[in-house]
Amino acid sequence: MKSKFNKYINISMVLLRFWQTSLAIELEYQLNMLIELVSVLGNLFGSLFILSLFYKSGPLLGGWNFFEALIVLGIYMILEGITTSILAPNLSRIVNHVKNGTLDYVLLKPIDSQLWLSLRIISPWGLPSQLIGILLIIYSLVSIQVDLSLFNILIFFTCLFASSLILYSLWFLLASTSIWFVKVWNATEVLRSILVAGRYPMSAYPRGLRTIFTFLIPIAFLTTVPAEVIIGRVSNEYIAIILIIAAIFFAISRRFWKFALLHYTSASS
Amino acid sequence: MSYKPRQHKVLWFLRVIKSLLINQYALMMEYRAEIALWALSGILPLIMLGLWSQTNIQDLIELQGFNLKRYFLSAFVVRQFTVVWVIFSFEEDIVQGRLSPFLLQPVPLFWRYYTSHIAEQITRVPIVALMIMILSVVLPNSFWLPKFTELILTTFVIFLAFTVRFMIHWAFAMSCFWVERASSIERLLLIPYLFFSGLVAPIDTFPKEISQIAYLTPYPYLLSFPANLLSGHHVNIQLNIMILIFWALFLFLISTLAWKKGVKHFTAMGA
Repeated sequence: MKSKFNKYINISMVLLRFWQTSLAIELEYQLNMLIELVSVLGNLFGSLFILSLFYKSGPLLGGWNFFEALIVLGIYMILEGITTSILAPNLSRIVNHVKNGTLDYVLLKPIDSQLWLSLRIISPWGLPSQLIGILLIIYSLVSIQVDLSLFNILIFFTCLFASSLILYSLWFLLASTSIWFVKVWNATEVLRSILVAGRYPMSAYPRGLRTIFTFLIPIAFLTTVPAEVIIGRVSNEYIAIILIIAAIFFAISRRFWKFALLHYTSASS
Repeated sequence: MSYKPRQHKVLWFLRVIKSLLINQYALMMEYRAEIALWALSGILPLIMLGLWSQTNIQDLIELQGFNLKRYFLSAFVVRQFTVVWVIFSFEEDIVQGRLSPFLLQPVPLFWRYYTSHIAEQITRVPIVALMIMILSVVLPNSFWLPKFTELILTTFVIFLAFTVRFMIHWAFAMSCFWVERASSIERLLLIPYLFFSGLVAPIDTFPKEISQIAYLTPYPYLLSFPANLLSGHHVNIQLNIMILIFWALFLFLISTLAWKKGVKHFTAMGA
């Protein structure tokens, strides 16, 4: 038991070091923070504008009022920030590792390869999006008078954790197919472009699209269901459902990586 | 041997463009699978179509003959053929040190990127055709056959729109001479494109003041105009084409000036 505990301490220390170095590299480009902030604010105002257009034609969008829809948008922005901070910088490198044959060195390291590939780098440029997303959610929750009790906040972060895990698993699944296809970076672009649908509540879509976004690509569980739980549109048991789905997706991503590695033949050999 | 040197130069230039095109087309054919994935990632107008189809958008648009499905399907097609990634290529070429040998070539670098984009679009044609066929099965009763002359005109307008969008990005790509990581600028350029071009909402649904601001930028002419043209919605064709040509010339002037300054400033990576 103690050795397992020590192992986790070790891993966290290593991750901390990794993140320190990657932050140091990224902070060389401080102008990026300004660009990122302008870009996030621009996207926020644009999204608010488009949302206001939807509400010009009626008081509800798929049964959601404006502030409730803002919560969905806020969760989307947080997930987008997580993508910029962790998913995109790390998982985009898997492709290069496979292409250049440097995946060999990763596999030889005395640390879990999936962990290393997924969390080696952390980029600060996702922070503006995450912060503004949280502010947006707080603003909307106050507007629709949901009380911000400690319990609700706990629920919120649990949901957020689960949906980030689903998002991560989707990305990792796609990125690990590079073992076979090498150039799959564009596939993650396709994923990203479909995930945009998560900006709006699922019930605003026609039935066909809603089915695709729930069962084929679980976008509904990324933003809409967490928002429903926080607002109280559905009972708290839904948290269990999101957590179970997240666990399933994570387990699949883990299995799939092990399976993919069986097929890894290394470059130039 | 006697020849007219002026004409000769033009002919030479055309020959260069032709071989660049053939060359880039062969290169792009190698990346068919990737281009298909890029094409798939342009589904935003279809997602927006799904959302708008559930609202009472027709009440917001005063103009007669507006058809929501046609508009967003046209926007989807226009978007497919106006994709630009020149900032990214140019930045990579500078950072990797490939710019110096390119500068020694007698053809301005602009044409290399421009032809590569056009070659990519030609590779895209069958992919987009396939996607439209699939869409016609998924969304029955929403398809229409534009007249042949309309189709030719639309193709020309899309090409013009692509050129203007390319020029915008090319002008901003010049900042690569001064800063590293200019590709972050691309993120910024995407924002007005998303919200002012009519990609996520028809511009006719905008409040008057905001649509007036939008029309001061080149963006509505890049997507909304060709999409309206293709969907058979009434638009002032001559005026819009003139505005597109104006933007193309204006941006060409600016980017040429910036290019001259930039090349002087350029010191080559690793030199």
